[in-house]
Amino acid sequence: MSAETRTMGKRRPYRRAMDGWWTRNPFFVRYMIREWTAVLVAAYALVLLVGAVRLAQGEAAYSAWFESMKSPFALAFHWVTLAVFLYHTWSWFEIMPRTMPAIFVGGKRLARGVITAAGIAAALACCAIVLALALGGGR
Amino acid sequence: MKRSSAPIFWSMFGAGGLLSALVGPALVYLTGIAAPLSWGVPLDLMSYPRMLAFAQHWAGKAVVFLVVALFLWHAAHRIYHTLHDLGLHSKALGQWIVYGPSALLTAWLAWALLSIGF
Amino acid sequence: MAEGDRSPGASIEVEVLRYRPEQDSEPFYQSFTVPYAEDLSVLQALQHIKDDLDSTLSFRWSCRMAICGSCGLMINGIPKLGCRTFLREYYPGRVRVGPLNHFPIERDLVVDIEDFVGKLEKIHPYIIPREPRTLDQGEYLQTPRQLQRYLQFSNCINCTLCYAACPQYGLDPAFLGPGITALLHRYNADSRDGGQAKRAAIMHAEDGVWGCTAVSYCSEVCPKAVDPANAINQNKMASAMDYFLRFVKPGGARK
Repeated sequence: MSAETRTMGKRRPYRRAMDGWWTRNPFFVRYMIREWTAVLVAAYALVLLVGAVRLAQGEAAYSAWFESMKSPFALAFHWVTLAVFLYHTWSWFEIMPRTMPAIFVGGKRLARGVITAAGIAAALACCAIVLALALGGGR
Repeated sequence: MKRSSAPIFWSMFGAGGLLSALVGPALVYLTGIAAPLSWGVPLDLMSYPRMLAFAQHWAGKAVVFLVVALFLWHAAHRIYHTLHDLGLHSKALGQWIVYGPSALLTAWLAWALLSIGF
Repeated sequence: MAEGDRSPGASIEVEVLRYRPEQDSEPFYQSFTVPYAEDLSVLQALQHIKDDLDSTLSFRWSCRMAICGSCGLMINGIPKLGCRTFLREYYPGRVRVGPLNHFPIERDLVVDIEDFVGKLEKIHPYIIPREPRTLDQGEYLQTPRQLQRYLQFSNCINCTLCYAACPQYGLDPAFLGPGITALLHRYNADSRDGGQAKRAAIMHAEDGVWGCTAVSYCSEVCPKAVDPANAINQNKMASAMDYFLRFVKPGGARK
């Protein structure tokens, strides 16, 4: 025991380390998964960006890019990305009641579940519109 | 007390997050799965002439630019915060690492879309 | 629960994080066996330890009824009030009690909340009247709708559980944090208050609302349903609007 630690009445506040903080609580693990969805959102944006650049470079370059989208690796990547995007959609609207100003209906605060459900319904509608435009609108 | 510049990045994070939550799953399915596999979609959905026509129209350009750029900046803002969460204490360094490449990629995207022409 | 659980002989293991700065180089868990009953709180278990087993144990408490906000503890890793957390939630397993996360440990279960109190003083946590009124002019009237805008945020008891729940505060103690921002919003959102400009600089700073990443665990652990995550995040929107609109708003560009 050092001389310093033997001194009575001396304050010696102990600071705990934050290393690995997010592994200590399932809530924080879910938070981290939510934040990491960004990696695949960025990767998907890069795929589209490369597509746009190839489009600018002409037919041969674009067709080669679109062929590469048919590779098993690209397809596997997009299946995983689809799952991650669905999780992103859910988590975005799950947190929404906390991130938007409170809405009062008839003097009572709108329940969290109602806001989340409305958001997911909006996402379903938007996805349906995009699919309808792509499948039918252009023909 | 110095005012934070976060509103600039946070606004793009929010816009990109909302946009990707609303239409992201449909876009990934269409461009990454349905079109390459020709699953129930027009065979020429992502053919060169059709994509070129889409990207030559000002509205099509705007759609491509907003989707790609906002998805990118949404992700960049989250990755910047995640670096801090994992122990990168310098916020300035984190901003350079993440926002720097995002700005370059956005410029590349703008160049590609402009060089496609109108 | 079985009748036997309430028998006079029943007991439960309580592990307590000890830290005595004059003799311990770092904190360690000490185990105590405490008599168990269905209606005993974790706070009562600590009082039993101090009264009958080890009088050197230090912890804060006062009202025993979830209003003073003194007995915040990490109970099996979750920030909770000791007075309204019961041993029956863990029995027959053990209960592990520690000081609130993210604050420096002063001694045993007592943490140093000087930082929290200092921040609280900085946000002008009182109503700054929008218009001065004399007694003759009567009281400041408020409609039920205006009351609703801030009521939940006024329920904060300063227990600091939300700070123990906030990793951003743990990673960077300069962050204003959940509870104080909720109180800042409580006064800003009050129709009688006109002090928004005085609280603006703190809110708009990097360590103000922008230190938050919407983990939102603060709102999960709050014993009074204040929802500090909501207070912070709706002010991100307000702060961003102010950031972009300050140049077109009259008198806004100076800030």
